[in-house]
Amino acid sequence: MSTTFDVERIRKDFPILSRELPGGRPLIYLDSGNSSQKPTQVIEAMREHMAAHYGNVGRALHVLGSESTEAYEGARDKVAAFIGAPSRDEIVFTKNASEALNLVAYSFGNPICTDERFAMGPGDEIVITEMEHHSNIVPWQLLAQRTGATLRWFPVTDDGRLDLSGLDELVTERTKIVSMVHQSNVLGTVNPVAPVLARAREVGALVMLDASQSVPHRKVDVAALGVDFVAFTGHKMVGPSGIGVLWGRRELLEAMPPFLGGGEMIEAVWMDRSTYAPVPHKFEAGTPPIVEAVGLGAAVDYLTAVGMDAIHEHEKELTAYALGALKEIDGLRLIGPSDLADRGGTISFTLPDIHPHDVGQILDDVFGIAVRVGHHCARPLHLRFGIPATTRVSLYLYNTTAEIDALVRGLHHVKKVFG
Amino acid sequence: MIAESLYQELILEHYKHPQGRGLREPYDAEVHHVNPTCGDEITMRVKLKDGADGGRHVADVSYEGQGCSISQAAASVLYELTVGSRVEDTLQVVDEFTRLMHGRGQVEPDEAVLGDAVAFAGVAKYPARVKCALLAWMAYKDAVVRSS
Ligand SMILES: Cc1ncc(COP(=O)(O)O)c(C=O)c1O
Repeated sequence: MSTTFDVERIRKDFPILSRELPGGRPLIYLDSGNSSQKPTQVIEAMREHMAAHYGNVGRALHVLGSESTEAYEGARDKVAAFIGAPSRDEIVFTKNASEALNLVAYSFGNPICTDERFAMGPGDEIVITEMEHHSNIVPWQLLAQRTGATLRWFPVTDDGRLDLSGLDELVTERTKIVSMVHQSNVLGTVNPVAPVLARAREVGALVMLDASQSVPHRKVDVAALGVDFVAFTGHKMVGPSGIGVLWGRRELLEAMPPFLGGGEMIEAVWMDRSTYAPVPHKFEAGTPPIVEAVGLGAAVDYLTAVGMDAIHEHEKELTAYALGALKEIDGLRLIGPSDLADRGGTISFTLPDIHPHDVGQILDDVFGIAVRVGHHCARPLHLRFGIPATTRVSLYLYNTTAEIDALVRGLHHVKKVFG
Repeated sequence: MIAESLYQELILEHYKHPQGRGLREPYDAEVHHVNPTCGDEITMRVKLKDGADGGRHVADVSYEGQGCSISQAAASVLYELTVGSRVEDTLQVVDEFTRLMHGRGQVEPDEAVLGDAVAFAGVAKYPARVKCALLAWMAYKDAVVRSS
């Protein structure tokens, strides 16, 4: 382990990691890709906000209203800085990553938007990949159904990489948007953005990244990436559930139609029409997740203080250790890249003749090890590999090599029970 | 340990050595049931016949499926409990088994009715796994209705 990264100190920040499970089992949490745990700093920031500053934002003139607004908008500043957004107004708070993806999908083919880039109808194409989370598949299927556009996708190679060999045939003058996952929530694969972006620019298509699994784990700089939209979600980055983020280039956000209508997203309202608030408020109808935004701001502060590069390095070491240790399990089939290049700490696998639900149940019941089993909201990817489900281990800043050792012991036991 | 009450020896035995597995002819009805939350699937065929006692009897139950140990063992136990029995009696087992599974671990199983299926009593404490245990039994009930 690197000398600068003190994982034991970090673990002390996460109260849940020292709880006991029924029967006196310790908790071994290897499911952060599903949702991460929260440090005291985040819990306290939210508690403190509710205990001392809470009021509605934007509309209340009193002290609490202005303190709350300041805290809410302060969180926007923090998130903007965290991902290198050129402007704070490019950060739209949503409910989660799914809502951020839907917001962009609903911007297309909407008659109230006259911008050619968001026009969509028969003959137009949407491109995604075979390794997407359902949240980056279904909104585009719905869009295709609404507009008559065609949905296409990049295939995935046997070792879990994006197959870009057909890039020029897939992304063409007909393509209006390419939306792809930055880091796969099943394979751990980190996808190459540059070649896809370059081709999209050639043909005039927009590019969206589902960064739900990358923003929590590595330095993501939206300006450096050069894409048009990025979606991610608070609960996977040591923040609370109930808040997500859409980042979009300002000029695009301004061209897009509103998504949900309601309070706070308007400029003026008459009985028969309205004008809309400037971005980002145009996309934030109704009372926003105020306390959650405060929590997300604290999460971003926490991650920044630990250091995204240090977190990335720690996870890389853990991943290398885990991939090595899992080799010891006879018959284990890794679903995803076995080399460490462009790969995060998400490790999915199958065991011969043992169903993942049985693996997960024994790991939990006997060892207190929390993993995720099933298709992880990526059913098409599992179909691609000809399997109904996998067992998934996902690592984060608070995980240790000792926990991976426990996992390996657990898997040996699983094999004994079902062998 | 908790897992021990879920993975009873009998369940593991049936999982490793399933009884009556494979799809066979002849049959009166074939059904396909899926558990969408975990992807477990079963295709089941039922053949009924008239018994010497004048009632309807189960001549054969054949099945093919994929899924976890609980769902696969349940199909195997079901095969053993139904083939050769009166249809009426088997439907009584289905009802008692369903009652047990929906009992959140609070229901006292009727061993006289359930026979080996009583080994699944522990599953009722795991809401996420109840559907696994019920998959084959729901398919059976459906197939019997379609056979009559
Ligand atoms: C890659 C990816 N995209 C999208 C999502 C959806 O996130 P949320 O459920 O917070 O909307 C997830 C997590 O579940 C994910 O892993």
